Amino acid sequence: MIHTVNKSPYERNAFDSCLKHAVKGSAILLYEDGVYAAVKGCTAAARLADAVADHPVFVLGPDLKARGMDPANVVDGVRVVDYGDFVDLVVEHGTVQAWL
Amino acid sequence: MKFGILVNEGPYNHQASDSAYQFAMAALEKGHQIFRVFFYYDGVNNANRLQEPQSDDRNLVKMWSKLAEDHGVDLVVCVAAGLRRGIKDENLAPGFRISGLGQLIEAGIQSDRMVAFGD
Amino acid sequence: MDEEMESGVVKKFMFVNRKAPYGTIYALEVLEMVLISAAFDQDVHLAFVDDGVYELKKGQDTAGIGMKNFSNTYRALEGYDIEKLYVEKESLEERGLTEADLVVPVEVVSRAGMAELMDGMDVVLSA
Repeated sequence: MIHTVNKSPYERNAFDSCLKHAVKGSAILLYEDGVYAAVKGCTAAARLADAVADHPVFVLGPDLKARGMDPANVVDGVRVVDYGDFVDLVVEHGTVQAWL
Repeated sequence: MKFGILVNEGPYNHQASDSAYQFAMAALEKGHQIFRVFFYYDGVNNANRLQEPQSDDRNLVKMWSKLAEDHGVDLVVCVAAGLRRGIKDENLAPGFRISGLGQLIEAGIQSDRMVAFGD
Repeated sequence: MDEEMESGVVKKFMFVNRKAPYGTIYALEVLEMVLISAAFDQDVHLAFVDDGVYELKKGQDTAGIGMKNFSNTYRALEGYDIEKLYVEKESLEERGLTEADLVVPVEVVSRAGMAELMDGMDVVLSA
């Protein structure tokens, strides 16, 4: 399974709810406003850093760049991907659960 | 692989339609098939051909129509959600068709993956 | 459910409800989706998580806001053979609710149990 989160962790609980429900080994992709959680130094990033131990975690580069966030400055272990990778991840990880 | 895509929000207010479009294009470029894109909730507004965004902005309605034309992608607008929001044959953009919610469930059954984009 | 239906394909569908009713239309339109799914003989599951548990609160009275009260429809799901309603215990507790506050019989599951259920699905539709 792959979980997608597209909301800022400061606006909604989608990010935290996702972290509480994603079983070990399932993938997590942050996109749209969800990418803010991946940026080093913010309080949500600490929670994401814990999740990296149990999940492959990805963040959509085009959404980071659009928001002025440096793809080089994401939480360690989080991989920056593009839309093509997004497709590959869905192929690889199976059922998608969108935390809208 | 066969993908089903669900679009839950209209254009412009949310990024959902843009993200869904980018995902669909990337999937097609990788040689995958899009079984259907289903437009539900305010997503039905993506099919309103009367929209006229400013000339320097993207035109999502036309982008979806072109996707259908170029790649034969089935774009389905939910009839109930559409009627609720004034999407009818009179203002339906090219490439879209109006049908029932069963088309979404069928897409879930027939597609290898369902991907939802929304708010 | 492992019996083969007419279409030959029976998938595990889960409709995830995470939003409260009336403030936005999602709860109502998810319910419309669920009702249609009954015609396809799929293995349908409903999950109520986070604010989604508010959808099932007893005693909803919408007369004062001019909107249709659709909470009774959850009780009609059984007639459509949709009987797998799962409500997350922690989501109820966080909101000061108990199973006795709900309009319909459900299976209350822990957050960990809900996570396992979700992980076993073929198609997850959420709004």
